Amino acid sequence: MIEIRNLTKIYTVGDQRILALDNVSLTVKKGEIFGIIGLSGAGKSTLIRCVNMLERPTHGTIFVDGQEITALSEEELRVARQKIGMIFQHFNLLSSRTVFNNIMFPLEIARVPKKEARQRVQSLLEMVGLTDKADVYPAQLSGGQKQRVGIARALANRPSLLLSDEATSALDPQTTRSILELLRDINRRLGLTILLITHDMNVIKEVCDRVAVIDNSRIVEIGDVLEVFSNPQTPTARSFIGTVINREIPVELLHRPNGDSGGKTTRLVRVSFIGASAGEPIISSMIRQYDIEANILYGNIDRVKDTPFGNLALELIGSPDMIDSGLTYLRNRGLEIEVLRSD
Amino acid sequence: MIEILTGLISQESLISFWEANSWVPEALAVATWETIYMVAVSTFFAYVFGLPLGIILVTTSPGHVLENIRVNQVLGSIVNAVRSIPFIVFLILIIPFTRLVVGTYIGTVASIVPLTLAAIPFVARLVETSLKEIEWGLVEAALSMGASAWQVIYKVLIPEAMPSLSLGVAITTINLVGYSAMAGIVGGGGLGTLAYYYGYQRYEDLVMWSTVIVLIILVQSVQMLGDNLAARIAKKRR
Ligand SMILES: Nc1ncnc2c1ncn2[C@@H]1O[C@H](COP(=O)(O)OP(=O)(O)O)[C@@H](O)[C@H]1O
Ligand SMILES: [Mg+2]
Repeated sequence: MIEIRNLTKIYTVGDQRILALDNVSLTVKKGEIFGIIGLSGAGKSTLIRCVNMLERPTHGTIFVDGQEITALSEEELRVARQKIGMIFQHFNLLSSRTVFNNIMFPLEIARVPKKEARQRVQSLLEMVGLTDKADVYPAQLSGGQKQRVGIARALANRPSLLLSDEATSALDPQTTRSILELLRDINRRLGLTILLITHDMNVIKEVCDRVAVIDNSRIVEIGDVLEVFSNPQTPTARSFIGTVINREIPVELLHRPNGDSGGKTTRLVRVSFIGASAGEPIISSMIRQYDIEANILYGNIDRVKDTPFGNLALELIGSPDMIDSGLTYLRNRGLEIEVLRSD
Repeated sequence: MIEILTGLISQESLISFWEANSWVPEALAVATWETIYMVAVSTFFAYVFGLPLGIILVTTSPGHVLENIRVNQVLGSIVNAVRSIPFIVFLILIIPFTRLVVGTYIGTVASIVPLTLAAIPFVARLVETSLKEIEWGLVEAALSMGASAWQVIYKVLIPEAMPSLSLGVAITTINLVGYSAMAGIVGGGGLGTLAYYYGYQRYEDLVMWSTVIVLIILVQSVQMLGDNLAARIAKKRR
């Protein structure tokens, strides 16, 4: 759906050059919700704004739905943009228009016949649950309601792609959840591809299928959300995950003195498990099969999108061979193992 | 003022006062009408030219929908140049042009030319200020939907700036009331001429003061109308 190749963006302010995107490549598949996370100033907005050419790339090409968006004329670009919806952190609704006419706006731009346009607005209002607010001006709406209008407006021309620039960042956690649910629902029902950027790992955790971590103008990590959550490769990804899931093993545990274990060895490992395996008694069958003692030092279970996701810190005591075999057993059953300390 | 008041004390003197001044109300009415006419027509034409000019000044600025730095700089300089000429000087400066257009440079119709020309850059800057207040996010939202520059202008910038634009019309009108009085001094007609010839040159206090009162009423009414209109638009959107 989106193919970004070697995208570089340099802003020139006076005689200063700011490298906002450094050779970024990325593919977003049709029908998925793809999240880009990064700290403020990392280059997220620049990236998403290049996709509909609100920002012109310095180098690189972008394809949207097979069309090379970076090679279009002004007129072609206007037509292409009608099929790329966008929602914003501060909603950007017109204060001079009612809710109904705000949703009409993109249909006027696309010159959709009045009668059909009205019908579409009506059904969009139903979809976002704002039928009773049709004749109200945006100033009378709450943040969540404003974003619903924003979403309805973005969908009016039946786009194949929705871009979301921090759409929930101005909302409280509860409203955020309801907006994310709406996005998820639209994604499922309409098969709409969504590219969203955020600085909030909760957003990634709640709705995204895949995620890219952007740090300092570069993409440093990319993958399925579950994969990144269970096995982050970079300090940036780890610290983002740390904001929503506690993966850190308390320091006291890491440095706990070993008791006399008489020829046996002690190893501290972290086990991460995802999905179905979280429900199976894998740990206990390992203990039975391999003659290992296990202390559960710490554990938690969370949910990433709709999948259970857990972390366990285990202290394993036994002969080194037995422990190795035990860990292999766990790995073979799809668990992620990280050895934190071994004597 | 004192003279007028003491003159009113006895009925006899009241009658003779009236006889001496019975021409004033009619002269005042004619002059007021001339002023309203001059100001209304020149405000109208000032917007016919100034509104597009203001829009161009905004939209050709760097990063905007019709970005064109050269056009922006040239128009900006012209606007600034005209605005820096004091109106009374401008009035005299363009007499040849006024003659060319109207055939004369004296009278109500002739005054409309300098009034309009002086107000155009003023209106352009007012419009520019109003449109610049519009959040850039709104323009971007429209662009993201595929809006053309023209659609951004007439569907976003102008409707969003409407409260501020209508205040601008009031400010322009009030300014033109003042300018028209100046034009009156060099024979432009209206309240300015009345005040100058009868009030200043002939020391007719009654004329002088009535003119001042009419001017105050005019300016107040225009301001109230403008405020009202702006408030009504803003309130509807609240
Ligand atoms: N229009 C601009 N002009 C100059 N520099 C910009 C502009 N937009 C963004 N930048 C700079 O580019 C970098 C990335 O910004 P941005 O993409 O907005 O980051 P994010 O959305 O991740 O916070 C920042 O250093 C920012 O200051
Ligand atoms: Mg941003």
